[in-house]
Amino acid sequence: MSVLSAALESASDAAVITRRNLRKILRVPDVLVFTTLSPIMFVLLFAYVFGGAIGTQDTGIDYREFLIAGVFAQTVVFGATFTGYSLAEDLQKGIIDRFRSLPMSTSSVVVGRTVSDIGINLVSLFVMSLTGLVVGWRIRSSVLEAAGGYLVLVAFAFAISWIMASVALVVRTPEVVNNASFIVIFPLTFIANTFVSISSLPGPLATFANWNPVSSVTQAARELFGNTDPRAPAPEVWSLQHPVLYTLIWVLIILAVFVPLSIRLYRRAASR
Amino acid sequence: MPTAIRATGLVKKYGAVTALDGLDLEVEEGTVLGLLGPNGAGKTTAVRVFTTLLRPDSGHAEVAGVDVLRHPKELRRRIGVSGQYAAVDEHLTGFENLDMVGRLYHLGAAASRARARELLEQFDLAHAAERVVKGWSGGMRRRLDLAGALVAQPPVLFLDEPTTGLDPRGRVGMWNVIEGLVRGGTTLLLTTQYLEEADRLADRIAVIDHGRVIALGTADELKAQVGGERIEVVLLDPARLTTARHEAAAVGIEEPGVDDRDRRVTVAVDGGTTDLVELLGRLDRAGIEVLEAGLRRPTLDDVFLALTGHHAEAETPSGDTDDPNQPDDPDDPAAGEQEGVA
Ligand SMILES: Nc1ncnc2c1ncn2[C@@H]1O[C@H](COP(=O)(O)OP(=O)(O)O)[C@@H](O)[C@H]1O
Ligand SMILES: [Mg+2]
Repeated sequence: MSVLSAALESASDAAVITRRNLRKILRVPDVLVFTTLSPIMFVLLFAYVFGGAIGTQDTGIDYREFLIAGVFAQTVVFGATFTGYSLAEDLQKGIIDRFRSLPMSTSSVVVGRTVSDIGINLVSLFVMSLTGLVVGWRIRSSVLEAAGGYLVLVAFAFAISWIMASVALVVRTPEVVNNASFIVIFPLTFIANTFVSISSLPGPLATFANWNPVSSVTQAARELFGNTDPRAPAPEVWSLQHPVLYTLIWVLIILAVFVPLSIRLYRRAASR
Repeated sequence: MPTAIRATGLVKKYGAVTALDGLDLEVEEGTVLGLLGPNGAGKTTAVRVFTTLLRPDSGHAEVAGVDVLRHPKELRRRIGVSGQYAAVDEHLTGFENLDMVGRLYHLGAAASRARARELLEQFDLAHAAERVVKGWSGGMRRRLDLAGALVAQPPVLFLDEPTTGLDPRGRVGMWNVIEGLVRGGTTLLLTTQYLEEADRLADRIAVIDHGRVIALGTADELKAQVGGERIEVVLLDPARLTTARHEAAAVGIEEPGVDDRDRRVTVAVDGGTTDLVELLGRLDRAGIEVLEAGLRRPTLDDVFLALTGHHAEAETPSGDTDDPNQPDDPDDPAAGEQEGVA
């Protein structure tokens, strides 16, 4: 079989798995809640609870507008735990034996999973954007720039999905995947510029936040949505001065490590 | 006739447990081999090795002329497998499950859809085609799983305890389906805990215990080894067991067995009902009151007793699941053949 037809076959297998995963969005209530309701709740919670209480920080613009990109970033990163959870769940179910006995490409179960979670993140971003618009958030840039903002968010979430896939293939229990990843994801999404200005953080945390890729994703989205204040001082660190580039570097490094790792782990995990 | 399935010296260890202990097996093309053994004998492990789901520690396996270890993907194109636990996706409908399998066999969209419809019809599942599997009964899931194994019309088929957990009606239904397949010329390796099932479906039977084949032959050959049918009589008075045993020995072809607790005498005979009438006459003349009497075919347990001198853990078919690891069925297991409610 030629390389091309093998690649086409792999892509087609992954597409079949992706479609199967996406069907569950509407069929499994947990998934629907996770994908739509909790993102809506986060936007409302941050807009009204924090947006009201914290008011206008030294970010210069309306805090609510400042928050939205942070909520987007946090939600899509959390969305990656769903990748791990679902993959671990599949490994425990009988269907994995069916997949493994079929002449399909061995990478397609993991590829299909991470790709379908792009879909899930797009749904989440869509409902969050609508909710954001309702509470007063506006995109103040061009359509193209805004699309770039969404793209950066989705690309970063895709990379994190691959990390979570590896975690799932090692621990293999959905609940453990969830708990383990929360321990990492909470600090990662909070010690960042998601909800506060980094200048308000104490020294070591500020350094962490400056180089935290969640900060650069958030900064990139904010800039591309036109939600930064032109009067605000420019960021001092390179990572936040070039947030798109810095984020994409992270994305590439993560993918380079975790795509082959996850596929290798899947081959091993499924053959037990 | 060419060999469709061949195993030589398969060994698989799980820590201290030896699941396969040098398993040798050969199945000729177009025939049915029944792999018969009690729980824990190594049946599932063997099937998993043949279907590329598990790497053996050592040994060689070949299916349809393809080496299991060297060309797993090539092999998967030529086999169908239905495992001990239904490998179906609960959140998909019956149709979507089969359609997905067809696409993963690379049949193409139109052919996958057509094949899915055809199989749903054939397995009497068309009425549930558009319902998610979550609400289906155990028997329906089992049939869907079997249909999944047949999507690509593979020349070699593996069925791991296809009727375990089904009620008697579901079991007979499954037997009919399997017999239909075999008539089409498929080579089949079927595992079972029930001699009756192997007897009905298999051309040859391999009895397996502790990961190796301990007897091989046609059902008749095995039964000859086991010694034909069994007469069982249950007495009213336990004090007469010794006398009854004596009478039974005179009729039977082997030493009778006595179960004190159940006041039961069991003896192998080769004369069927004639022997039964004969024994009842003898007991009557001896003035022994019989509570219950019957003639039954030998079970796996009898085979085991004859071959190994010890009992198999699993005995005769029953409506219950024999495997404690069997996942809970959301529906009443007794409703095997009925429609599930979503
Ligand atoms: N994944 C596993 N880990 C540890 N032991 C196992 C595993 N799978 C099977 N075994 C053991 O191997 C033996 C054979 O199991 P199996 O092939 O499932 O038997 P059967 O299908 O005939 O009931 C049993 O003793 C079982 O406990
Ligand atoms: Mg088994």
